[in-house]
Amino acid sequence: MRLRLRVNGEAREAEDVWEGESLLYVLRERLELPGSKNACEQGECGSCSVYLDGSLVCSCLVLAGQAEGREVVTVEGISEGDGLHPVQEAFVEAGAVQCGFCTPGFVVATHDLLRRVPEPGDAEVREALAGNLCRCTGYEKILAAVRLAARRMAK
Amino acid sequence: MEFIQPTSWREALEAKAALPGAVPIRGGTDVMVELNFARSRPQAILDLSRVEELEEWGIEDGLLRVGAGVNYTRIVEEIGDRLPGLAMASRTVGSPQIRNRGTVGGNLGTASPAGDALPPLYASDAEVEVASMDGSRRVPVADFISGPKQNALSDNELISAFYIANADGPQQYSKIGTRNAMVIAVCAFALALHPEQRKVGTCVGSAGPTPIRVEGAEDFIGGVLEEGDLWQSRGAIPDAALRRFGELVAGAARPIDDVRGTAEYRRHSAGVLARRTLGWAWEEYRGVRGAA
Repeated sequence: MRLRLRVNGEAREAEDVWEGESLLYVLRERLELPGSKNACEQGECGSCSVYLDGSLVCSCLVLAGQAEGREVVTVEGISEGDGLHPVQEAFVEAGAVQCGFCTPGFVVATHDLLRRVPEPGDAEVREALAGNLCRCTGYEKILAAVRLAARRMAK
Repeated sequence: MEFIQPTSWREALEAKAALPGAVPIRGGTDVMVELNFARSRPQAILDLSRVEELEEWGIEDGLLRVGAGVNYTRIVEEIGDRLPGLAMASRTVGSPQIRNRGTVGGNLGTASPAGDALPPLYASDAEVEVASMDGSRRVPVADFISGPKQNALSDNELISAFYIANADGPQQYSKIGTRNAMVIAVCAFALALHPEQRKVGTCVGSAGPTPIRVEGAEDFIGGVLEEGDLWQSRGAIPDAALRRFGELVAGAARPIDDVRGTAEYRRHSAGVLARRTLGWAWEEYRGVRGAA
Protein backbone atom coordinates (compact mmCIF):
# COMPACT_ATOMS: atom_id res chain seq x y z
CA MET A 1 0.00 0.00 0.00
CA ARG A 2 0.99 3.62 -0.34
CA LEU A 3 1.49 5.66 2.81
CA ARG A 4 1.26 9.42 3.09
CA LEU A 5 2.17 11.25 6.25
CA ARG A 6 3.93 14.35 7.51
CA VAL A 7 7.38 13.78 8.97
CA ASN A 8 9.30 16.58 10.63
CA GLY A 9 7.02 19.12 9.00
CA GLU A 10 7.30 17.73 5.45
CA ALA A 11 4.77 15.76 3.44
CA ARG A 12 6.29 12.34 2.71
CA GLU A 13 5.17 9.27 0.80
CA ALA A 14 6.23 5.67 0.87
CA GLU A 15 5.34 3.10 -1.79
CA ASP A 16 4.82 -0.64 -1.49
CA VAL A 17 4.48 -0.59 2.27
CA TRP A 18 3.61 -4.06 3.57
CA GLU A 19 0.38 -4.06 5.62
CA GLY A 20 2.13 -5.50 8.69
CA GLU A 21 5.04 -3.08 8.62
CA SER A 22 5.89 -0.83 11.57
CA LEU A 23 6.20 2.95 11.43
CA LEU A 24 9.81 2.45 12.55
CA TYR A 25 10.60 0.40 9.45
CA VAL A 26 9.01 3.02 7.22
CA LEU A 27 11.02 5.81 8.83
CA ARG A 28 14.36 4.04 8.66
CA GLU A 29 14.19 1.95 5.52
CA ARG A 30 11.84 3.89 3.25
CA LEU A 31 12.18 7.53 4.30
CA GLU A 32 15.92 7.45 5.05
CA LEU A 33 15.58 8.72 8.60
CA PRO A 34 17.88 6.41 10.56
CA GLY A 35 17.83 8.50 13.75
CA SER A 36 15.20 6.31 15.38
CA LYS A 37 16.98 3.08 16.25
CA ASN A 38 15.71 -0.46 15.88
CA ALA A 39 16.67 -2.62 18.82
CA CYS A 40 14.02 -4.66 20.61
CA GLU A 41 10.96 -4.31 18.35
CA GLN A 42 8.72 -4.91 21.35
CA GLY A 43 8.47 -1.55 23.09
CA GLU A 44 11.00 -2.45 25.80
CA CYS A 45 13.96 -0.24 24.91
CA GLY A 46 12.53 3.08 23.74
CA SER A 47 15.28 3.64 21.16
CA CYS A 48 12.68 4.11 18.39
CA SER A 49 10.70 6.77 20.32
CA VAL A 50 9.04 9.45 18.16
CA TYR A 51 6.09 11.78 18.44
CA LEU A 52 2.93 10.66 16.68
CA ASP A 53 0.44 13.53 16.57
CA GLY A 54 2.34 15.04 19.51
CA SER A 55 2.27 11.91 21.66
CA LEU A 56 5.47 10.05 22.63
CA VAL A 57 5.29 6.51 21.24
CA CYS A 58 7.48 3.57 20.32
CA SER A 59 7.43 3.66 16.52
CA CYS A 60 8.06 -0.10 16.43
CA LEU A 61 4.60 -0.59 17.96
CA VAL A 62 2.76 1.67 15.53
CA LEU A 63 1.46 -0.10 12.47
CA ALA A 64 2.52 1.92 9.41
CA GLY A 65 -1.07 2.32 8.21
CA GLN A 66 -2.02 3.84 11.55
CA ALA A 67 0.29 6.78 10.73
CA GLU A 68 -1.49 7.56 7.42
CA GLY A 69 -2.18 11.28 7.35
CA ARG A 70 -0.66 11.76 10.79
CA GLU A 71 2.13 14.04 11.98
CA VAL A 72 5.39 12.36 13.00
CA VAL A 73 8.38 14.09 14.60
CA THR A 74 11.61 12.11 14.93
CA VAL A 75 14.87 12.97 16.64
CA GLU A 76 15.96 14.51 13.32
CA GLY A 77 13.09 16.98 13.61
CA ILE A 78 13.24 18.28 17.15
CA SER A 79 15.91 20.90 16.52
CA GLU A 80 15.49 23.82 14.16
CA GLY A 81 17.92 24.08 11.26
CA ASP A 82 21.40 22.55 11.61
CA GLY A 83 21.97 23.45 15.26
CA LEU A 84 21.47 21.08 18.17
CA HIS A 85 18.46 21.29 20.44
CA PRO A 86 19.36 22.22 24.06
CA VAL A 87 18.51 18.63 25.08
CA GLN A 88 20.95 17.29 22.49
CA GLU A 89 23.64 19.77 23.59
CA ALA A 90 23.17 18.77 27.22
CA PHE A 91 23.56 15.08 26.37
CA VAL A 92 26.85 15.79 24.59
CA GLU A 93 28.21 18.06 27.32
CA ALA A 94 27.23 15.84 30.23
CA GLY A 95 28.86 12.78 28.62
CA ALA A 96 25.50 11.08 28.38
CA VAL A 97 26.37 9.85 24.88
CA GLN A 98 28.60 6.82 24.74
CA CYS A 99 27.91 4.32 21.97
CA GLY A 100 25.00 6.56 21.03
CA PHE A 101 22.53 3.85 20.13
CA CYS A 102 19.98 4.71 22.80
CA THR A 103 20.58 8.46 22.52
CA PRO A 104 17.88 9.39 19.97
CA GLY A 105 15.23 7.68 22.08
CA PHE A 106 16.45 9.34 25.29
CA VAL A 107 16.60 12.72 23.58
CA VAL A 108 13.01 12.50 22.34
CA ALA A 109 11.75 11.17 25.70
CA THR A 110 13.60 13.96 27.55
CA HIS A 111 12.21 16.54 25.12
CA ASP A 112 8.72 15.22 25.87
CA LEU A 113 9.30 15.34 29.63
CA LEU A 114 10.63 18.91 29.63
CA ARG A 115 7.81 20.31 27.51
CA ARG A 116 5.31 18.78 29.99
CA VAL A 117 7.27 19.37 33.20
CA PRO A 118 9.86 22.14 32.85
CA GLU A 119 11.44 21.54 36.25
CA PRO A 120 11.10 17.84 37.00
CA GLY A 121 12.24 16.24 40.24
CA ASP A 122 14.47 13.17 40.14
CA ALA A 123 11.55 10.78 40.61
CA GLU A 124 9.71 12.40 37.70
CA VAL A 125 12.80 12.12 35.50
CA ARG A 126 13.20 8.44 36.34
CA GLU A 127 9.55 7.70 35.69
CA ALA A 128 9.61 9.60 32.38
CA LEU A 129 12.73 7.80 31.14
CA ALA A 130 11.74 4.36 32.44
CA GLY A 131 10.87 3.19 28.92
CA ASN A 132 14.39 3.75 27.60
CA LEU A 133 17.30 1.35 28.02
CA CYS A 134 21.00 2.21 27.88
CA ARG A 135 23.68 -0.45 28.21
CA CYS A 136 26.75 1.78 28.64
CA THR A 137 26.32 5.04 30.55
CA GLY A 138 25.09 3.64 33.82
CA TYR A 139 22.34 6.28 33.55
CA GLU A 140 23.92 8.80 35.96
CA LYS A 141 25.21 10.96 33.13
CA ILE A 142 21.86 10.72 31.39
CA LEU A 143 20.17 12.01 34.55
CA ALA A 144 22.78 14.79 34.73
CA ALA A 145 22.06 15.71 31.10
CA VAL A 146 18.33 15.97 31.78
CA ARG A 147 18.98 18.24 34.77
CA LEU A 148 21.37 20.38 32.70
CA ALA A 149 18.86 20.68 29.85
CA ALA A 150 16.08 21.56 32.27
CA ARG A 151 18.17 24.32 33.88
CA ARG A 152 19.08 25.84 30.52
CA MET A 153 15.62 25.63 29.02
CA ALA A 154 14.03 27.14 32.14
CA LYS A 155 16.08 30.33 31.61
CA MET B 1 -2.57 -9.41 4.59
CA GLU B 2 -5.43 -6.97 4.35
CA PHE B 3 -5.46 -3.65 6.21
CA ILE B 4 -8.88 -2.26 7.07
CA GLN B 5 -9.23 1.19 8.58
CA PRO B 6 -12.82 2.03 9.53
CA THR B 7 -13.62 5.56 10.66
CA SER B 8 -16.80 4.74 12.56
CA TRP B 9 -17.92 2.05 14.99
CA ARG B 10 -20.56 0.81 12.58
CA GLU B 11 -17.99 0.38 9.81
CA ALA B 12 -15.75 -1.47 12.26
CA LEU B 13 -18.54 -3.92 13.16
CA GLU B 14 -19.39 -4.41 9.49
CA ALA B 15 -15.78 -5.20 8.71
CA LYS B 16 -15.55 -7.66 11.61
CA ALA B 17 -18.73 -9.40 10.43
CA ALA B 18 -17.40 -9.65 6.87
CA LEU B 19 -13.95 -10.86 7.95
CA PRO B 20 -14.22 -12.66 11.30
CA GLY B 21 -10.51 -13.52 11.21
CA ALA B 22 -9.49 -9.86 11.21
CA VAL B 23 -7.32 -8.99 14.21
CA PRO B 24 -8.28 -5.71 15.88
CA ILE B 25 -5.48 -3.27 16.68
CA ARG B 26 -5.66 0.05 18.52
CA GLY B 27 -2.60 0.89 20.61
CA GLY B 28 -0.63 -1.92 19.02
CA THR B 29 1.45 -2.66 22.11
CA ASP B 30 0.52 -6.37 22.01
CA VAL B 31 -0.42 -6.92 18.36
CA MET B 32 2.73 -5.31 16.92
CA VAL B 33 5.02 -7.50 19.01
CA GLU B 34 3.35 -10.56 17.45
CA LEU B 35 3.76 -9.08 13.96
CA ASN B 36 7.33 -7.87 14.45
CA PHE B 37 8.45 -11.31 15.59
CA ALA B 38 6.44 -13.10 12.89
CA ARG B 39 4.49 -14.97 15.56
CA SER B 40 1.27 -14.22 13.77
CA ARG B 41 0.26 -13.41 10.22
CA PRO B 42 -3.47 -12.71 10.34
CA GLN B 43 -5.42 -12.59 7.08
CA ALA B 44 -6.51 -9.07 7.97
CA ILE B 45 -5.83 -6.32 10.50
CA LEU B 46 -8.65 -4.09 11.62
CA ASP B 47 -7.28 -0.74 12.78
CA LEU B 48 -9.59 0.83 15.36
CA SER B 49 -7.44 3.91 15.97
CA ARG B 50 -9.71 6.14 13.83
CA VAL B 51 -12.95 5.11 15.53
CA GLU B 52 -13.72 8.17 17.62
CA GLU B 53 -16.56 6.49 19.53
CA LEU B 54 -13.97 4.29 21.25
CA GLU B 55 -12.18 7.35 22.65
CA GLU B 56 -15.14 8.59 24.66
CA TRP B 57 -16.01 8.20 28.32
CA GLY B 58 -18.97 9.43 30.31
CA ILE B 59 -21.74 8.55 32.75
CA GLU B 60 -24.45 6.11 31.64
CA ASP B 61 -27.06 4.47 33.88
CA GLY B 62 -25.22 5.92 36.88
CA LEU B 63 -22.01 4.12 35.91
CA LEU B 64 -18.87 5.25 34.18
CA ARG B 65 -18.77 3.97 30.61
CA VAL B 66 -15.20 4.06 29.33
CA GLY B 67 -14.55 3.45 25.63
CA ALA B 68 -12.20 0.59 24.83
CA GLY B 69 -9.85 2.99 23.05
CA VAL B 70 -9.11 5.27 26.00
CA ASN B 71 -5.39 4.87 26.67
CA TYR B 72 -3.73 4.48 30.08
CA THR B 73 -2.36 8.04 30.12
CA ARG B 74 -5.89 9.38 29.74
CA ILE B 75 -7.26 6.96 32.36
CA VAL B 76 -4.77 8.38 34.87
CA GLU B 77 -5.20 12.03 33.90
CA GLU B 78 -8.91 12.25 33.12
CA ILE B 79 -10.63 9.68 35.34
CA GLY B 80 -7.97 8.75 37.89
CA ASP B 81 -9.79 10.65 40.63
CA ARG B 82 -12.95 8.59 40.05
CA LEU B 83 -11.16 5.26 39.72
CA PRO B 84 -8.09 5.41 41.97
CA GLY B 85 -7.46 1.65 41.87
CA LEU B 86 -7.51 1.49 38.09
CA ALA B 87 -5.36 4.64 37.95
CA MET B 88 -2.73 3.06 40.22
CA ALA B 89 -2.71 -0.04 38.04
CA SER B 90 -2.51 2.06 34.87
CA ARG B 91 0.54 3.89 36.18
CA THR B 92 2.36 0.57 36.46
CA VAL B 93 1.80 -0.27 32.79
CA GLY B 94 5.06 -0.21 30.80
CA SER B 95 6.43 3.28 30.23
CA PRO B 96 5.05 6.65 29.11
CA GLN B 97 5.44 5.47 25.50
CA ILE B 98 3.36 2.35 26.22
CA ARG B 99 0.76 4.18 28.35
CA ASN B 100 0.25 6.70 25.52
CA ARG B 101 -0.90 3.84 23.27
CA GLY B 102 -2.08 0.90 25.36
CA THR B 103 -5.73 0.61 26.37
CA VAL B 104 -7.90 -1.26 28.85
CA GLY B 105 -9.76 -2.59 25.81
CA GLY B 106 -6.51 -4.14 24.62
CA ASN B 107 -5.88 -5.64 28.06
CA LEU B 108 -9.34 -7.23 27.92
CA GLY B 109 -8.78 -8.46 24.37
CA THR B 110 -5.39 -9.97 25.12
CA ALA B 111 -6.76 -11.47 28.36
CA SER B 112 -3.35 -12.12 29.84
CA PRO B 113 -3.52 -13.32 33.47
CA ALA B 114 -0.94 -10.58 34.12
CA GLY B 115 -2.95 -7.74 32.52
CA ASP B 116 -2.40 -4.84 34.92
CA ALA B 117 -5.82 -3.23 34.43
CA LEU B 118 -7.81 -6.39 35.02
CA PRO B 119 -7.70 -6.85 38.85
CA PRO B 120 -9.19 -3.39 39.58
CA LEU B 121 -12.04 -4.18 37.18
CA TYR B 122 -12.78 -7.41 39.08
CA ALA B 123 -12.59 -5.71 42.49
CA SER B 124 -15.28 -3.21 41.44
CA ASP B 125 -17.61 -5.59 39.51
CA ALA B 126 -16.91 -3.98 36.14
CA GLU B 127 -18.75 -5.16 33.06
CA VAL B 128 -17.38 -5.46 29.55
CA GLU B 129 -19.52 -4.24 26.67
CA VAL B 130 -19.07 -6.14 23.43
CA ALA B 131 -20.86 -5.54 20.17
CA SER B 132 -21.52 -7.01 16.77
CA MET B 133 -23.87 -6.20 13.91
CA ASP B 134 -26.49 -8.17 15.88
CA GLY B 135 -26.35 -5.79 18.84
CA SER B 136 -24.41 -5.36 22.04
CA ARG B 137 -24.22 -7.25 25.33
CA ARG B 138 -22.66 -6.61 28.73
CA VAL B 139 -20.63 -9.33 30.41
CA PRO B 140 -19.24 -9.27 33.99
CA VAL B 141 -15.47 -9.08 33.65
CA ALA B 142 -14.97 -12.36 35.53
CA ASP B 143 -17.12 -14.14 32.95
CA PHE B 144 -15.51 -12.29 30.06
CA ILE B 145 -11.97 -13.51 30.82
CA SER B 146 -12.23 -17.28 30.45
CA GLY B 147 -8.64 -18.51 30.53
CA PRO B 148 -5.04 -17.56 29.76
CA LYS B 149 -5.37 -15.31 26.68
CA GLN B 150 -8.96 -16.43 26.19
CA ASN B 151 -12.09 -14.36 26.41
CA ALA B 152 -15.78 -14.61 25.66
CA LEU B 153 -15.66 -12.65 22.38
CA SER B 154 -17.30 -14.29 19.40
CA ASP B 155 -15.66 -14.07 15.98
CA ASN B 156 -17.94 -11.25 14.87
CA GLU B 157 -17.66 -9.19 18.07
CA LEU B 158 -15.47 -6.30 19.17
CA ILE B 159 -14.97 -4.81 22.64
CA SER B 160 -16.64 -1.40 22.77
CA ALA B 161 -16.31 -0.25 26.40
CA PHE B 162 -16.31 -1.19 30.04
CA TYR B 163 -18.74 -0.09 32.74
CA ILE B 164 -17.59 0.56 36.29
CA ALA B 165 -18.91 2.46 39.29
CA ASN B 166 -17.16 5.59 40.51
CA ALA B 167 -15.11 4.69 43.58
CA ASP B 168 -17.31 4.85 46.68
CA GLY B 169 -14.38 4.27 49.03
CA PRO B 170 -10.60 3.87 49.12
CA GLN B 171 -8.99 1.62 46.52
CA GLN B 172 -5.53 0.12 46.27
CA TYR B 173 -3.40 -1.72 43.74
CA SER B 174 -0.04 -3.29 44.34
CA LYS B 175 2.24 -5.06 41.92
CA ILE B 176 5.46 -7.01 42.31
CA GLY B 177 8.09 -7.00 39.59
CA THR B 178 11.85 -7.14 39.40
CA ARG B 179 12.01 -3.37 38.99
CA ASN B 180 9.72 -0.35 39.18
CA ALA B 181 8.87 0.06 35.52
CA MET B 182 8.52 -1.91 32.31
CA VAL B 183 7.78 -5.22 33.97
CA ILE B 184 5.09 -7.81 33.60
CA ALA B 185 3.70 -8.48 37.07
CA VAL B 186 5.06 -11.42 39.02
CA CYS B 187 2.01 -10.96 41.20
CA ALA B 188 -0.51 -8.17 41.63
CA PHE B 189 -3.48 -7.43 43.87
CA ALA B 190 -6.37 -4.99 43.63
CA LEU B 191 -8.59 -4.05 46.54
CA ALA B 192 -11.65 -1.82 46.69
CA LEU B 193 -13.65 -0.82 49.76
CA HIS B 194 -17.34 -0.37 48.98
CA PRO B 195 -18.73 1.27 52.16
CA GLU B 196 -22.18 1.80 50.61
CA GLN B 197 -22.60 -1.92 50.00
CA ARG B 198 -20.47 -2.80 53.05
CA LYS B 199 -18.31 -4.97 50.83
CA VAL B 200 -14.64 -5.44 50.14
CA GLY B 201 -13.71 -6.24 46.53
CA THR B 202 -10.55 -8.21 45.78
CA CYS B 203 -8.63 -9.67 42.87
CA VAL B 204 -5.25 -11.39 42.49
CA GLY B 205 -3.45 -10.93 39.19
CA SER B 206 -0.67 -12.95 37.59
CA ALA B 207 -1.14 -15.85 40.01
CA GLY B 208 -3.58 -18.10 38.14
CA PRO B 209 -4.91 -18.84 34.65
CA THR B 210 -7.06 -15.70 34.92
CA PRO B 211 -7.22 -12.90 37.47
CA ILE B 212 -8.94 -14.41 40.51
CA ARG B 213 -11.55 -12.76 42.67
CA VAL B 214 -11.24 -14.17 46.19
CA GLU B 215 -14.77 -14.45 47.48
CA GLY B 216 -13.74 -16.48 50.52
CA ALA B 217 -11.51 -13.65 51.70
CA GLU B 218 -14.16 -11.05 50.88
CA ASP B 219 -16.76 -12.94 52.92
CA PHE B 220 -14.36 -13.44 55.81
CA ILE B 221 -13.35 -9.80 56.11
CA GLY B 222 -16.94 -8.72 55.47
CA GLY B 223 -17.93 -10.76 58.53
CA VAL B 224 -15.18 -9.24 60.66
CA LEU B 225 -16.22 -5.72 59.69
CA GLU B 226 -19.91 -6.42 60.34
CA GLU B 227 -19.31 -8.17 63.63
CA GLY B 228 -17.17 -5.34 65.02
CA ASP B 229 -19.46 -2.71 63.48
CA LEU B 230 -16.27 -1.33 61.95
CA TRP B 231 -17.84 0.27 58.85
CA GLN B 232 -19.76 2.48 61.26
CA SER B 233 -17.17 3.02 64.00
CA ARG B 234 -14.19 3.18 61.62
CA GLY B 235 -12.24 1.20 64.17
CA ALA B 236 -9.02 -0.64 63.34
CA ILE B 237 -9.11 -4.11 61.80
CA PRO B 238 -7.46 -6.53 64.24
CA ASP B 239 -4.03 -7.74 63.07
CA ALA B 240 -5.13 -11.35 63.27
CA ALA B 241 -7.95 -10.63 60.83
CA LEU B 242 -5.59 -8.87 58.39
CA ARG B 243 -3.29 -11.88 58.52
CA ARG B 244 -6.14 -14.32 58.01
CA PHE B 245 -7.34 -12.24 55.04
CA GLY B 246 -3.86 -12.58 53.50
CA GLU B 247 -3.81 -16.33 54.11
CA LEU B 248 -7.19 -16.78 52.44
CA VAL B 249 -6.02 -14.83 49.39
CA ALA B 250 -2.77 -16.83 49.21
CA GLY B 251 -4.77 -20.03 49.48
CA ALA B 252 -7.02 -19.04 46.60
CA ALA B 253 -4.18 -18.19 44.21
CA ARG B 254 -3.46 -20.79 41.54
CA PRO B 255 0.01 -19.78 40.41
CA ILE B 256 2.51 -21.60 38.21
CA ASP B 257 6.30 -21.56 38.08
CA ASP B 258 7.55 -19.56 35.11
CA VAL B 259 10.40 -17.31 34.01
CA ARG B 260 9.17 -14.45 36.18
CA GLY B 261 8.75 -16.26 39.48
CA THR B 262 7.98 -19.49 41.25
CA ALA B 263 4.51 -20.56 42.22
CA GLU B 264 5.57 -20.58 45.87
CA TYR B 265 6.83 -16.99 45.71
CA ARG B 266 3.69 -15.85 43.93
CA ARG B 267 1.43 -17.49 46.48
CA HIS B 268 3.33 -15.93 49.35
CA SER B 269 3.41 -12.50 47.74
CA ALA B 270 -0.33 -12.59 46.95
CA GLY B 271 -0.99 -12.95 50.67
CA VAL B 272 1.40 -10.15 51.59
CA LEU B 273 -0.06 -7.78 48.97
CA ALA B 274 -3.59 -8.58 50.14
CA ARG B 275 -2.80 -7.89 53.79
CA ARG B 276 -0.93 -4.66 53.03
CA THR B 277 -3.45 -3.22 50.57
CA LEU B 278 -6.33 -3.91 52.95
CA GLY B 279 -4.36 -2.20 55.73
CA TRP B 280 -3.63 0.85 53.57
CA ALA B 281 -7.18 1.17 52.27
CA TRP B 282 -8.69 0.73 55.72
CA GLU B 283 -6.39 3.35 57.23
CA GLU B 284 -7.50 5.73 54.51
CA TYR B 285 -11.14 4.89 55.25
CA ARG B 286 -10.52 5.64 58.90
CA GLY B 287 -8.96 8.96 57.97
CA VAL B 288 -5.59 7.93 59.35
CA ARG B 289 -3.91 7.91 55.95
CA GLY B 290 -4.41 9.77 52.71
CA ALA B 291 -7.00 12.09 54.23
CA ALA B 292 -4.88 15.22 53.96
